[in-house]
Amino acid sequence: MARASTTIECATNARAAPPPLSTGQQMVRNLFGSVTDTVITIICAVVLVWLAYHVIDWAFISSVWRAEDEPLCREASGACWSVIDARHRIILFGLFPYEEHWRSALACLVIIVTVIASCFSWFWTVKRLAPLWITGFALFYLLMHGGLFGLSVITPERWGGLALTIFIFASVSLIGMPLSVLLALGRRSRLPVIARLVGLLIDLVRSLPLLTILFAAAVITPFVMPGWLQGDKLYRVIAGFALFFACYQAENIRAGLQSISTGQDEAGLTLGMSYWHRVGYIQLPQAFRNALPSIINQFVITFKETSIVTIVGFFEVLASGHAAYGTGEWTPHYIEVYVFIGLIYFIFVFLLSRYGAYLEKRLRVGHG
Amino acid sequence: MSSLTRNRKFREATLQAVVISLVATLLIVMVINARQSLSEQGMTSGFAFLQRSTGWDFSFSALEYSISDTYQRTLMIGMVNTLVLGFTGIFFATLIGVVIGLIRNSGNTLFSLLGTIYVEVFRNVPLILQAVFWYSIIIHLPRPKQAYSIGESVFLSGRGFYFPVVNISATSVLSAFALMVVLWIGLWVAREQFTRVRSYITFRRVAWIIGLCAIAALIYRGHQPGTPWFNPPALKGLNFRGGFRVPPELSALIIAIALYGGAYIGEVVRAGLMSVPKGQIEAATVLGIKSRHIFTRVRLPLAIRAVLPSLTNQYVQLMKATTIGLAIGFSDFFMIVSTSINQSGQTLELIAILMGGFLLINLTIAFVMNTINRQIALKGYEVKS
Repeated sequence: MARASTTIECATNARAAPPPLSTGQQMVRNLFGSVTDTVITIICAVVLVWLAYHVIDWAFISSVWRAEDEPLCREASGACWSVIDARHRIILFGLFPYEEHWRSALACLVIIVTVIASCFSWFWTVKRLAPLWITGFALFYLLMHGGLFGLSVITPERWGGLALTIFIFASVSLIGMPLSVLLALGRRSRLPVIARLVGLLIDLVRSLPLLTILFAAAVITPFVMPGWLQGDKLYRVIAGFALFFACYQAENIRAGLQSISTGQDEAGLTLGMSYWHRVGYIQLPQAFRNALPSIINQFVITFKETSIVTIVGFFEVLASGHAAYGTGEWTPHYIEVYVFIGLIYFIFVFLLSRYGAYLEKRLRVGHG
Repeated sequence: MSSLTRNRKFREATLQAVVISLVATLLIVMVINARQSLSEQGMTSGFAFLQRSTGWDFSFSALEYSISDTYQRTLMIGMVNTLVLGFTGIFFATLIGVVIGLIRNSGNTLFSLLGTIYVEVFRNVPLILQAVFWYSIIIHLPRPKQAYSIGESVFLSGRGFYFPVVNISATSVLSAFALMVVLWIGLWVAREQFTRVRSYITFRRVAWIIGLCAIAALIYRGHQPGTPWFNPPALKGLNFRGGFRVPPELSALIIAIALYGGAYIGEVVRAGLMSVPKGQIEAATVLGIKSRHIFTRVRLPLAIRAVLPSLTNQYVQLMKATTIGLAIGFSDFFMIVSTSINQSGQTLELIAILMGGFLLINLTIAFVMNTINRQIALKGYEVKS
């Protein structure tokens, strides 16, 4: 055995590997390794520089920034950010009373802090995560709705803009997450009635577009539900959205549950643990760990999909963007408004998906 | 009693009975309420309204239509519109996706950086925002008189895009297309019958020549004598005559779905190409196969098998995403159904039709893709995904 390994060592030594390339050399080989590569590299460099030049020129150099400078926009070849300067409040806060905008801004900040806090692994137990989100959400609702501590009452009909988008996202996550765990467990239940019914519900919801679910929640529920169960249209839509979210998330969690070896659960069973103990202490912690990247991906998708509620008649950030450029002198500057809203979404979604990719890499370490 | 509650079978049976009765109660309450609301509005339930004429107009129809059409026909037009939008969008999204996937896999850092920028920009902004953005851009294009033209044959104007068409009847184009598909599938089946590759190749050549002649004949027959072969759009007065017009709503949605879907499909394709085991490519290299053939005969076939399930998923998602057409007033299936609900009040029936329609489309896509997946699966080859 020892001799065999020495011979292998000798063989590798004899054919000594070329010295490792430095990063610079690697780059040169990668970019200019062959004639085709060189041509492609040059073309790409030209395209990238051209793109960067035009974007920077449009957005920063030839652009007009201040609201008072609006007349200059006609001559300027770049972006007219005056529209954002003048109308950003309507984009961010919608029809919220002007002097109370600080409440709306603070409320958005609370949710953003909550989201950032829940990215830290210290919070990843139900005992910490649930209080964090319930406190964050309660604070958001208190700031937006008012009625306590001398804050004037502002009903949800007057909420709008980014604040409404964040409200919908936060409440969908808050209702949807526990629901998704229940649905995932229900689908894997040993009891055939529950497993079948939950499976039917999940498959049905997943095969329908979100818009039809929201539409059904907004239009059908008043038709088939007794009056006391209906609630406001906003809450009906949120309930429908949460169901949709939960059905997708349940499948992610189910995938996580299925990747746990059966021995884990059997060991718990042998130790005489009850069903809820096995679920709470053995299955779910491992399932969440396994499925975390796809669970975060679902949050990312859901944040993007909140923009769809504009179609069922809510004044969220896209609709308030329409309103922002819809009046008088601002009509020609629709592109700037869309770019601004697009940037809001982009920053949030990009950071969250980068975080998901980082987690995926981190969790792969030390995991077979 | 306490022994009963401790009995596991009894507890499970009770739990299930409770769940069933809860669901049943919910359904009964819903039916009773629906009946009550119906009688309050003085409506009758049932599908009789499908035969009534609608009396309202909508923005786009892929087929001939009039405002006196029945609900049945109008709903069908909506479905056809959705399919036209969905399949065109999916087609272009797949093209873009394959190109992006290849670019990101090219190995040249700068080249794949371009692909990465594309994917990150178009994937991280909501589709509906992209659709509204393109729609605003298109309707702000100049009027037909000052329209941008590409080679004086394709025109981009605020009223939509105009493309030249050939003067061939639609039926003959469709049958030529059908013939192509039949030929392709036929060759695929016939391949199994041949034991020698060489004779199969000869057979294939002959079959293609005969097939192409038949297609040429079909196209020639479909051409109306006395009319020019090509019918480019031309400016007459204030608008274009001739050619094929793609209205702004449809163009914006196709562009948005193609770009957004392309970013997602690009990622799927990239993952598929990366999932092909290195050993396969090294083996092919050792055998002296040309690098072009390594790609088309080894890497691509294996990658296609790896990506089909996630590609199916993307197609179904994109098909569902067509419903955002409502935001810019494209009369797709969803918009037709919601207008019908407003106009006729037959809420429950129309919602049932809506859900049934989407179930049908999505299950069909899933069925077709899964069949292909089963057909091309390789025995004994585990695809890592």
